[in-house]
Amino acid sequence: MEPVLELKNVSAGYGRIQVLRDISLKAFPGEIVCMIGANGAGKSTTLMTICNVVTAARGDILYRGNRINGIKFSKLPPMGLCQVPEGRRIFPRLTVQENLELGAFFRKDSTRIQEDLDMVFDFFPILRERANQKGGTLSGGEQQMLAIGRALMSRPRVLLLDEPSLGLAPLLVGQIFNKITEINRQEGTTILLVEQNANVALKVSRRGYVLETGTVVMEDDVKNLLQNPDIRKAYLGE
Amino acid sequence: MTRGSSKAWIALGVGLVWFYLILWPLMGITPEGLQFIPSLVVWLKVAAAAFVLVSLNQLRTAGALAFIGKPTTAAWTEIRKIYKKVPVRVWISVVFFLALVFPLTTGRYEKDVVINVMIYVCLGLGLNIVIGLAGLLDLGYIAFYGVGAYTYALLSVHFQLSFWLCLPVAAVFAAVSGCIIGYPTLRMRGDYLAIVTLGFGEIVRLILNNWMSLTNGPNGILGIQPPGLYWPGFSSGLTLEYIWLKKLNYLYYVILALVVFTIIAVHRLNYSRIGRAWEAIREDETAAELMGVNTFTLKLLAYAMGAVFGGLAGAFFAARMRFVSPESFTFLESAMVLSMVILGGMGSIPGVILGALALIALPEAFRGFELYRMLAFGGAMVLMMIFRPSGFWPAKRMGQRSEERG
Amino acid sequence: MDYFLQQLINGLTLGGIYALIALGYTMVYGIIQLINFAHGEFFAAGGYMGVILLSYLAASGAGPYVCLAGALILTMGYCAVLAMAVEKVAYKPLRHSSRLSVLISALGMSIFLQNGLMLTQGVYDKAYPTQMTQGSFQVAGLYISYMQVIIVAVTGILLVALNALVFKTRIGKAMRASAQDKIMSGLVGIDSDRIISLTFAIGAGLAAAAGIMVGFYYGSVHYGMGFVPGIKAFAAAVLGGIGNVTGAMIGGALIGIIEVFAAGYLSSEYKDVFAFVILIAVLYFRPTGIMGENVDDTRV
Repeated sequence: MEPVLELKNVSAGYGRIQVLRDISLKAFPGEIVCMIGANGAGKSTTLMTICNVVTAARGDILYRGNRINGIKFSKLPPMGLCQVPEGRRIFPRLTVQENLELGAFFRKDSTRIQEDLDMVFDFFPILRERANQKGGTLSGGEQQMLAIGRALMSRPRVLLLDEPSLGLAPLLVGQIFNKITEINRQEGTTILLVEQNANVALKVSRRGYVLETGTVVMEDDVKNLLQNPDIRKAYLGE
Repeated sequence: MTRGSSKAWIALGVGLVWFYLILWPLMGITPEGLQFIPSLVVWLKVAAAAFVLVSLNQLRTAGALAFIGKPTTAAWTEIRKIYKKVPVRVWISVVFFLALVFPLTTGRYEKDVVINVMIYVCLGLGLNIVIGLAGLLDLGYIAFYGVGAYTYALLSVHFQLSFWLCLPVAAVFAAVSGCIIGYPTLRMRGDYLAIVTLGFGEIVRLILNNWMSLTNGPNGILGIQPPGLYWPGFSSGLTLEYIWLKKLNYLYYVILALVVFTIIAVHRLNYSRIGRAWEAIREDETAAELMGVNTFTLKLLAYAMGAVFGGLAGAFFAARMRFVSPESFTFLESAMVLSMVILGGMGSIPGVILGALALIALPEAFRGFELYRMLAFGGAMVLMMIFRPSGFWPAKRMGQRSEERG
Repeated sequence: MDYFLQQLINGLTLGGIYALIALGYTMVYGIIQLINFAHGEFFAAGGYMGVILLSYLAASGAGPYVCLAGALILTMGYCAVLAMAVEKVAYKPLRHSSRLSVLISALGMSIFLQNGLMLTQGVYDKAYPTQMTQGSFQVAGLYISYMQVIIVAVTGILLVALNALVFKTRIGKAMRASAQDKIMSGLVGIDSDRIISLTFAIGAGLAAAAGIMVGFYYGSVHYGMGFVPGIKAFAAAVLGGIGNVTGAMIGGALIGIIEVFAAGYLSSEYKDVFAFVILIAVLYFRPTGIMGENVDDTRV
């Protein structure tokens, strides 16, 4: 099977500081892939490089077989590539509903947008209650749901999720991850998941990549990763 | 033709179409009907100039100009090598010596221009303390210049006080007004500070303009004395005579002395404990405060110190012109001084001097094109920011940042 | 009492004009955190373009209202094009530079445009055809000129239209989103470069309308006329809470009223001083302005 998203030897950084060295990874249609690693390993930078917010110095980024290096990042959501960035970045002074509508900004099919809005509201009922509240007034968990909901509004083919568990209570983390698997199963969306919380991430994924100081040090099926003693020691707290 | 070059030509074409769209309505719509000839003439000139510039740039990127570029850069590195070999002290002495003999070898006009440049050097260095060291964007700096000038003007006209006595008085007045302006504004940060200082600058100008009984309003103050000096005379034995330093040569040396004093003072401040504290405030005010730097007092001090040099320059300006009016203290002047600091290189003393030279002396060189002078000046500011934003002579930062090593 | 009401009407007229200019400042500041010093020049260019078009249209025999409407719309369009070009040349290449660089570039552009106007239009004042809007009527003892009615009506329509654009349309939503987080708005598919360009165009269009209004209000235009109303309008924008569209309208009205009252009751020489004193006082006690949005804690 052809990968829907592929990175080939990508290097990138900020100014003179190199953050990523020769990253290669693949995501196949319909799967959940996770990328785990410590703070500062370059996980978020990888996602930002895929979207060309950070420019790749070397290497190829392929999306559905086409090279997408250098494409303006505002052109990517219409192509079906959508990111929920680190820290959620909802628009704090827009209402929940406006936030969601912006997720479908590039779409012109207003009836379908309305259906999708209802779909997101059904998916995260709390957002319907808060529809006219400013985004900045939501709690952390609600903001995460809003960020994911906003991404769903663009009907993504590939969803890049950056640390959905960040700053959430364990119970909420479980809920959010249930939703993520549900999205993957219902819509067939490919999900590239970046997580520091390796425990939950490995549980929902099919394959995993381990990032250390900007390079991929290991890639394997999740079952194998879970049994690897090094991984258990370093990331699963044993 | 490569893709990059065709891109540049397309940009040129699009730009020229836009330019004509903007130019034509201004020149071509008249009550007598629509005219195209005058605007086309101007447009063709601009288009030709732009065409030449883009062609040159294309040749340069294509490497066709390497035969000029390579030797020039080689020569430049050679010059830098020599420059680095000779100790800085020697260079400073050479420059100082040249400055000393300058008025003996040149005419009235050149001296006039250089005196002007030096006034702006004082102003620039003063503003450099506020903006370059402490990082406070001050858009009303010229107010202190005005305070200094009017202090000396009034004291001289009403009380016949000597220039030398008034110089420190003007500095103190300027410093006090710096504190008055600084006290309410320094709680603000960033752009609010900028707009409030701009407001204060305008308030000072409006007061100067409207307080008829004190400042004689827009008519200004006439009859200000030049600096005087006791000089040993030999006409009837050895006596001390009081002479007025009216001649441009004498004035030149007075402002040179002021500039040297300013440079030394700013240099010492820069490397002092206070200077380091200012830099800390500039880089991160909150962190500086947490480290025990008294940010409020130090910011106020930066304002006051900056104002002192503005005041000194102002007093000299009044003594040199022997006339002051509010016209000289408009926002455009503040903008000029600010541009000198930025174009020269923020925080760098030679940079500010170069900036003053470039902004005062260069436009003089284009006196023939009087009308287009300010147009070119504004355009040059934009281009400079696009192509060399750190200025002619950027300040060396103390130490290196981790990302710059290796 | 009559005098008070009369002054209030005059103040609101002037305040509406300031509000139109202030909106451009506040919108541009909101989206790229730049004090656009060249904004006053868009206003001055509007004043000139207005008189150019008015005299052309009048000479070609159009009625006074056709003249006014035509000149207004064409001038707004002209200044929008001008602002987009200025943004492209002087600000867009500096998108990732320090804010001070952009500020200097804006200052340079302001000087450039001012002198460009002087070169093409001459150094002398250009008179407005004020006879077009001459006449006044009396309501309850108050004199209201047709000119004032036109100014208030045009200003009111533009402010309502802008409010609708910003708060009710898809583009307005995109503008507000871009102002809050440019990268994130890009990640949902908003082209922030186009939004910025559009913001400049709208702001300059409003300033151009203000330029025509000022031309009628004072009877003439001058190439350097952008500066003083420019900083007063900026003060109005700050007063209202910079980045806040509603705030700019309120701030503009306040500055206009303060100026007229200060001139009427206190001293006409110092009327400009009062605007600044109020500004400083407001910022001292309420540093976020009346409508109170936070500015970033970013310095030069």
